[in-house]
Amino acid sequence: MKPNNKVHNYKDEYYPPMPTRTTKFWRSCFIYQLYKFFVLNYKIMKMVVKGHS
Amino acid sequence: MAKVVVLGAGVSGHTAVAFLKKKLGKKHEVVMISPNSYYQWVPSNIWVGIGQMTVDQVRFKLDKVYKKWSVIYKQAKAISINPEGNSEISKGFVTVEYVVGDKQGQQEKVDYDYLVNATGPKLNFEATPGLGPKGHTVSVCAYDHAAHAWEELQKSLALMEQGKHQTFLIGTGHAMATCQGAAFEYALNVAFEVKKRKLEHLADIIWITNEYELGDFGMGGAFVKRGGYVTPTKVFAESILAEYGIRWIKRAGVNKIEKGIAHFETLAGEYKTQEFDFAMLIPGFAGAGIKAFGKDGNDITEKLFKPNGFMTVDADYTPKDFEDWSAKDWPETYQNPEYKNIYAAGIAFAPPHSMSKPMKTANGTPMFPAPPRTGMPSGVIGKVIAQNIANFIKNGATEHKHKASMSRMAAACIVSAGYGIRHGKAATMTVSPIVPDWDKYPEWGRDINATVGEVGLAGHWIKLLLHYMFLHKAKGYPFWWLLPE
Repeated sequence: MKPNNKVHNYKDEYYPPMPTRTTKFWRSCFIYQLYKFFVLNYKIMKMVVKGHS
Repeated sequence: MAKVVVLGAGVSGHTAVAFLKKKLGKKHEVVMISPNSYYQWVPSNIWVGIGQMTVDQVRFKLDKVYKKWSVIYKQAKAISINPEGNSEISKGFVTVEYVVGDKQGQQEKVDYDYLVNATGPKLNFEATPGLGPKGHTVSVCAYDHAAHAWEELQKSLALMEQGKHQTFLIGTGHAMATCQGAAFEYALNVAFEVKKRKLEHLADIIWITNEYELGDFGMGGAFVKRGGYVTPTKVFAESILAEYGIRWIKRAGVNKIEKGIAHFETLAGEYKTQEFDFAMLIPGFAGAGIKAFGKDGNDITEKLFKPNGFMTVDADYTPKDFEDWSAKDWPETYQNPEYKNIYAAGIAFAPPHSMSKPMKTANGTPMFPAPPRTGMPSGVIGKVIAQNIANFIKNGATEHKHKASMSRMAAACIVSAGYGIRHGKAATMTVSPIVPDWDKYPEWGRDINATVGEVGLAGHWIKLLLHYMFLHKAKGYPFWWLLPE
């Protein structure tokens, strides 16, 4: 994104959803991310184990 | 005593050797032939490319590990395969050429009972004039490339510290390139490092890709449950790029690089250019270029390899329209149909077709990502081949007990988006299966409940954990075999 261009609409970068401050907070919240760490690892491990015979 | 020869010490070949030796023990011979002296954990090269890891943190010497495992290690490159032997050697053999030491330049014939071709990709920089570390761009495909990328990136960062504007062009360097994920990670990490130095007002970071839509990643895209919606990875990828202030050029096949200028063709058939100060572009991949000869010396390369140099295996290669592709087309055992004691693992096997829809530009140039076979699938395939060969040798089995089709196998991809224990970030993406199965999952092509797409600090910790875990496994440290691929 060109930094000095004040008008942002009608550009590709204008259309995707952007994270709110709350979303950014949860993404970096240590306790919540520690919980996510275990949840995601569990999900990945479950997939890996059933992925090949 | 049986003899198994493995070509290539990448993720797939190294995994195959590890499990072959573990299962076959000292009674049988396992030989590794690789021109490389180091094993490298390729996914962490991204962090070498931004100066957050050193080269020695992502690699280790192969000879020590193979000595510990009693694997015969020849630092040589494979030149040709004679699957039927010749007038002097009755068994199949590989002709190799040593690349270091007293034997450098000497050729040797290494016979085998079973052969595993895990030679990985040839980084085909030559397909795009001016591309690569010897040209005008950098790469993160190997640890030395990544170290070079960091040197060049530092120059741009230094210029920005002096108040000079820099344009960063990151993405794919060929209309048929794959490994978008690695380039995507690098773009996010460069943006993260620029922002960390509070220099984003001086940076124009551009993602350039041969994908039809962002988030295709050579898998034809995927769907994830997110925020109460089932969302395509297109939205997921665009969202994170926009958040990081990265703009993008999609449906672009880079065809020539000059100093500071990338030439590309669009899917619409237009020829355009993009200027840059720093460019990291992933090359197209090709097979290792090994030839094959019959008993009387005639060239039988087409019996073992497809024209792109990848090895023919138990896939259904019948040409079909995109709409007729099936998950059943994909191989399960990775055995060559002509020579049953030859297997291909990881990137070395020829996929039956791409996962992304084949497209051509208005000028007729093919433009779509080749299917990815790196990381998790490479390791799983290497292990399954090793288990089957060991079962044949030890138990006299005649059927493949273990199978691993990419149309049943799941994969996790942790897309690093910034390094740091407290402030790092990564997108955790999982797909199950890797190859869409529209018969089994008619709505989304994959199991929507097993498909994950989440951004956060936890993803960075997972990627870091995988770095140490897989290096532990590859070094053969205690209980390595308990760790999954």
